[in-house]
Amino acid sequence: MSQQPTQQSFNPYTENGGTILAIAGADFTVIAGDTRQSEGYSIQTRYAPKVFRLTDKATLAVNGFAADGNMFVKKVRQRLEWYRHAHAKDMPIRAIARLIQTMLYARRFFPYYVYNILGGIEEDGTGAVYSFDPVGSYEREACRAAGAAQSLVQPFLDNQIYFKNQTAAPGASFPKHLPLSTVLPLVIDSFTGATERHIEVGDGLEIYVVLANNSSSLQSLLNMRGIQELTATNDGERVFVIRKELKRD
Amino acid sequence: MDHFPTNWGRPRSEAFDAYGTYPIHQRPKTDSFSAGVQRTQQPIVTGTSVLAIKYKDGIMMAADNLASYGSLARFKDIQRLHPVGNNTVIGAGGDMSDFQYIQTILDELIIDEFTAQDGHSLGPAEIHEYLAQVMYARRTKMNPLWNSLLVGGFKDGKRFLAYVDLLGTTYTASTLATGFGGHLAQPLLRSAVEGKEDTLTEEEALAIIENSMRVLFYRDARSLNKYQVATITESGVKISESKSVETSWSFAEGIRGYGAQVQ
Amino acid sequence: MFRNTYDSDNTVFSPQGRLHQVEYALEAVKQGSAAVGLRSKTHAVLLALKRSTGELASYQQKMFRIDDHVGIAIAGLTSDARVLSNFMRQQAMSSKMVFNRPIPVNRLVSSIADKAQVNTQEYGRRPYGVGFLVVGQDNGGPHLYEFSPSGNSYEYYAMSIGARSQSAKTYLEKHYESFADCSLEDLVRHGLHALRETLQQDKELNVNNTSIGLIGPKSEFEETEVPGGSFRILENQLVDPFLQTMIAKETAAEEADIAPAAAPSVTAAGDEDVTMAE
Repeated sequence: MSQQPTQQSFNPYTENGGTILAIAGADFTVIAGDTRQSEGYSIQTRYAPKVFRLTDKATLAVNGFAADGNMFVKKVRQRLEWYRHAHAKDMPIRAIARLIQTMLYARRFFPYYVYNILGGIEEDGTGAVYSFDPVGSYEREACRAAGAAQSLVQPFLDNQIYFKNQTAAPGASFPKHLPLSTVLPLVIDSFTGATERHIEVGDGLEIYVVLANNSSSLQSLLNMRGIQELTATNDGERVFVIRKELKRD
Repeated sequence: MDHFPTNWGRPRSEAFDAYGTYPIHQRPKTDSFSAGVQRTQQPIVTGTSVLAIKYKDGIMMAADNLASYGSLARFKDIQRLHPVGNNTVIGAGGDMSDFQYIQTILDELIIDEFTAQDGHSLGPAEIHEYLAQVMYARRTKMNPLWNSLLVGGFKDGKRFLAYVDLLGTTYTASTLATGFGGHLAQPLLRSAVEGKEDTLTEEEALAIIENSMRVLFYRDARSLNKYQVATITESGVKISESKSVETSWSFAEGIRGYGAQVQ
Repeated sequence: MFRNTYDSDNTVFSPQGRLHQVEYALEAVKQGSAAVGLRSKTHAVLLALKRSTGELASYQQKMFRIDDHVGIAIAGLTSDARVLSNFMRQQAMSSKMVFNRPIPVNRLVSSIADKAQVNTQEYGRRPYGVGFLVVGQDNGGPHLYEFSPSGNSYEYYAMSIGARSQSAKTYLEKHYESFADCSLEDLVRHGLHALRETLQQDKELNVNNTSIGLIGPKSEFEETEVPGGSFRILENQLVDPFLQTMIAKETAAEEADIAPAAAPSVTAAGDEDVTMAE
């Protein structure tokens, strides 16, 4: 029987632009994303958040197909709520990472078209970044960029965070972790740069900062203007968000 | 996004559709019974743009009365703005039968909510969330409701304006436009409204909307100079009678280079 | 054990027009340790007495968080309560999923009442052996509901369920008119006084056997901010500052110039035959 392949013309996916990134420090993590949502050459809105606080220890950035992204965050949050009901505490970040893998892989043959970056504080108090592909492959890293301007931002971070293509001065070595005062300007520069060179990036920037218990970065952070605290529990970790404007053109 | 609803299914082909009659129903190449069911692969009778803006007292929306069948202006008295409860209006572009189906499920929803009689009612935010879930669920079943919808409302002193489409994509902004309006009207709306959401009066808002509808009528071949305007404010939902804007075609006389006039 | 022709099947009416199995289920609620609920214009609170089976055992959980805006206290079979509270959590989450709105409290209570009603009518089922006090807040402010296995649910200014709850009820009926304008601290104190009435002679409320559930803005005894005044359960040391506000029973009686509450009419002995009085 020769059955002709029928053309399936409805395309259930689209691409909504934007870029996300996360950098882990020794006792903090920074997770950021721009707020533009676009399709093709049209800007749909100048403010659609891509970074979401999950718990006081974990923040999730979602990029790709916005409808899938929003639904995915909603489902993750539901699972975290059930965990809270069962255990009367927040799920640790490494468990959230594994949960996200299972949830993504469950849709292996009709994937959520989203790139996830999970950032926060590990149970041992260290900063952590987990990055995922749309079907659930993941690893823990020190830094990661994803989305429309990944190809612009990641090489910059490789150079500035991992010191790739740099040679240390004789007798000196590169630090393993950078301080928050160095990381924040790098994040902002990444996005102003991406805004300049990529049409799908711009409008607004949301930078989430998750601090470990007694993080040394707390004072300098509290002095920033326009910073907003989102901490909900007394567990010790603290979550902040910094909002900035990006160029709108 | 491609704002030609007829292109949302597959690219238009000059080979078999030279006159733009697409999407007249085509007999499928393969046996249509082999699949058992037919799903929406393309919109048939379509509506074009919907516009909406925030202003001082609430939300103003507009959509014309045309439902097209390909390039044929098939129905010229279709209402594309639909009230949902006492605080919300939805406006739709895309397939009109799918839209009318959405109207019936929302009407049922509102009746259920009303019947509870417990002092709780669904506001625009809840209706938008519900719609988004319905649209996303249908796209996930590869059986979409072929529309792009605007949801506007006013409840408990708060304005609400948001978008949802056949993919389940959602967003909010102080000006929104679907279809061709996304290209032609949205720039006009943004420059007239952004930053002035809390000061624009109803008259000013109406002038902005009318001007945009005029531009759309001039440039969108699937539009009609007969449209309705809805306002949703503290005092509830109002959807106007059909109206039209003044147009001027005198400039056409001076145009040379196409049509019957060659020189 | 056989007592009555109309006992075995809950779908059969007795000649007096009653469903005996349903009434036995209500007895199961009365066997459970007491829970008290009351509300003001700003807060709704739950107080419950926890039991432990012995020195070596932990105290049974009496309160469950359903959502940010709803919590329950139970009396009766804990296992049935876990099934029902799980269902309530599902309902609450589904409302968030579909409408992005916290479920209205009355609808949540109705949903379990409807489930309980089915068990009083369908063949081969048994009624739930547990009663709830449900506190929650929505557009209409704070609420308090009672749910019972008979499938009924009512809203109250104040209510008590469980063993010797009639004594607590007597206290609440005496004082409920002042609750509306009470501060949270005063409201909880009234609740503790009511709960105290359910205790056996030689027992008293302490940090181990008392649970407090709160909805509404934070109390002066709470350290952390409570965003949105969401539901929280206080236990152990967190209960202590509230217990300290209690006025000793004799003093309270003197101050109010009233005789101590009448002795409870309900016998709590577990093995006793349940009589179907007219």
